[in-house]
Amino acid sequence: MNHLTLILANLMRKPTRTVLTFLTLVVAFLLFMLLRAVAEAFAGGITIEGVQRLHVGAKYSMTDSLPFAHIRAIREQPGVAAASTVVWFGGYYQDPRNSFAKLVIDPNDYFEAMPEVQVSDAVLKRFRQSRQSVIVADVLARKYGWRIGDAIPIRGEIWPKSDGAWGWGFLYAGSYTAQTGSSIQPAMLIQHEYFSESAISWAANQFTWAVVRLDDGVAPKAVIDGIDQLFENSPDPTKSVSEDDYRRQFANQLGDMGAITTLILVAVFFTILLLTANVTSLSFRERVPELAVLKTLGFEDRYVSRLVLAEAIALCGLGALGGIALGFAIEPALNAQLGEVLGSFHMRWSDALTGLAIGVAMGVVIGVPSARAARKLSIIAALREAH
Amino acid sequence: MFRQISAITLLNLSSLRSRLGVSVIIVVGVAGVVAVLLGLLAMSSGFQATLVETARPDRVLIMRSGSNSEMNGFVTNEQLAVLESYQGVDLASGELYVTIGRKERGTDVAVDVVVRGVSQDAFGLRDELTIVSGRAFEPGTSEIIVGVQAASRYEGLRIGDPVEVRRALLTVVGHFAAAGSAVESEIWIDRTVVQDVYRRAGGVGLVRARLTRGADPEQLARRIAEDPRLQLALVTEIEFFAEQSADRTALINTFAYFIAGIMGIGSVLAALNTMYIAVSRRTVEIATLRAVGFGAASVVVSVIFEAMLLAILGGVAGALLVYFALDGYATTTFNNASASQVAFAFKVTPELAAIGLAWALGLGLVGGLLPAIRAARLPITRALRGD
Repeated sequence: MNHLTLILANLMRKPTRTVLTFLTLVVAFLLFMLLRAVAEAFAGGITIEGVQRLHVGAKYSMTDSLPFAHIRAIREQPGVAAASTVVWFGGYYQDPRNSFAKLVIDPNDYFEAMPEVQVSDAVLKRFRQSRQSVIVADVLARKYGWRIGDAIPIRGEIWPKSDGAWGWGFLYAGSYTAQTGSSIQPAMLIQHEYFSESAISWAANQFTWAVVRLDDGVAPKAVIDGIDQLFENSPDPTKSVSEDDYRRQFANQLGDMGAITTLILVAVFFTILLLTANVTSLSFRERVPELAVLKTLGFEDRYVSRLVLAEAIALCGLGALGGIALGFAIEPALNAQLGEVLGSFHMRWSDALTGLAIGVAMGVVIGVPSARAARKLSIIAALREAH
Repeated sequence: MFRQISAITLLNLSSLRSRLGVSVIIVVGVAGVVAVLLGLLAMSSGFQATLVETARPDRVLIMRSGSNSEMNGFVTNEQLAVLESYQGVDLASGELYVTIGRKERGTDVAVDVVVRGVSQDAFGLRDELTIVSGRAFEPGTSEIIVGVQAASRYEGLRIGDPVEVRRALLTVVGHFAAAGSAVESEIWIDRTVVQDVYRRAGGVGLVRARLTRGADPEQLARRIAEDPRLQLALVTEIEFFAEQSADRTALINTFAYFIAGIMGIGSVLAALNTMYIAVSRRTVEIATLRAVGFGAASVVVSVIFEAMLLAILGGVAGALLVYFALDGYATTTFNNASASQVAFAFKVTPELAAIGLAWALGLGLVGGLLPAIRAARLPITRALRGD
């Protein structure tokens, strides 16, 4: 009989209790993963390594527009690798609650500025063939069940069409995938050419913000100052920030909601840990007589105490592993639901490792006192207590 | 039967003290679930209250049909003139709504604050608005007044402070309160000044109107919709703000029930464990009762009763915790529908407390049921031997 068998046999001594404890741990660590993902989303997510980008918007309000001529001047700034305009389209699909982002972009330079947006050549070709066509984030396309060639009606809220009507129609040309690990908000991408020829005349020749990708190794500060100084005395001054800062600012707008949500979830996690620790140590106390029997059979003190410790660590570690795995398993479904609202919702491997470490640490915390008690256990006293 | 149940229940309760450690698990677990659920629900109810509570049944918004935010609308000066003398409209106030970025106090980041361009009619319309310090702005000048929430939360909005918007330099001359409504998070300015600075002299964003006494909003809405001079839509303030807060409230509520649901599973598992342990420790006791003639049903009911009692204790503790820690807690968040910050306070209502206690009872019932059945099914003779 090897050690593992003994540990498993011990764990399965009271199967109901072990299974219940295991499931409680699974739930606790599932919550841990959710909490980390939500906290990351509220913190604004992270930019993929190696891509440095600026967000250039109007100085006084994010709802103001900038004239199209700005983008040409921005492109000529030193340190700028690629720059592309974005118009916030607003409006909704079918119901105001379907609030995913709709961005008007220029297919000629948008993908160059946003390398994380991955589109297959076939989709891109279809996209360019018809000006009315749109590319949609894969999570959104799945959620709404769009197929190639489907018409997508969008009710406008900011931009009327040239005849004053608010009903816009687009054609679904395919989906894009966000590069793994990046946190781009799932969006529908509309072509600028179609927008500017179909929208009311005053809508033309302006954009809401520009995405500016910097050359490798360039200090963003210099480019930020360069761009903002360029337009400082124009009727439409700009405010440039690094994309990370922009996301942080936007997340900050949600305010304490993020902080409070995180705080609540932290409290929850530790409550559950406490509960589990309590139950687990209880069940160890109940087994004291059995440990005495093991000792009577000739198992060494040290061996018995290690057995107890190993069992606690195995239970907590497996529980953590289960919760983390469940978290990854439900991530795609949650991302489709929450990505629209939070911008991004991702479980991270670093968090998984932290979770596992917490699980093992918890096993040690629970196991050590019982293990010590097991080693010091006097056989006669323990056996007498049992009857 | 009833006497049996009450006898066993009393017996159980009198022995609770010896099982304190285990019982605490249920109390703490349920308290955690209820606290999280109520904490999040209190956040959404507070947000909703701020938007909806100060809405008046006799006040309506008239804007471009299809628009569901104050921001994206456009009503021409001619349409406004028609509305000012419309039958059924007592007072009409044309308002132009823009946002500017302001630095939040104590932070380095800017958030978006509403700047509302109004005529003197806006003050007549909102009699809840009072100047608490300084004075009202002089019409036609670049003076502004600031809501008390905005003044306390953002930098540079004290009386006398200059505020730069585009190329206009504005001066704060007063602070106002408005019965805790969302308007307190805004900056107010003379409408003609905004029209000038934002080059929107041709009209206003929306018209807010008070109905003449006894006028029917539905009938007025129909007349306005059918009027070829207007082609505008009318919504009552109550409908408008309910709609505006619906998205956010629905989101928080979904999140609340989702997280509380997962936690609930965790705490039910913990409760099951606890009650199984409670039952197994009292094996001999229960078997004795059965041997002297107590029925199985009485045992079942008494165990469930104990679980539910502990759960309701936890529920009350959780609700009190949220009430004392969070009720009235003031914070701000980003209101998507107005693209700006709104200050609000958490609100724990009796309805919410009732929801929390109902959850507690439900958790106790589920957590107690299975162990109760096991207790009733114990084979008496074996249990008496203490197997």
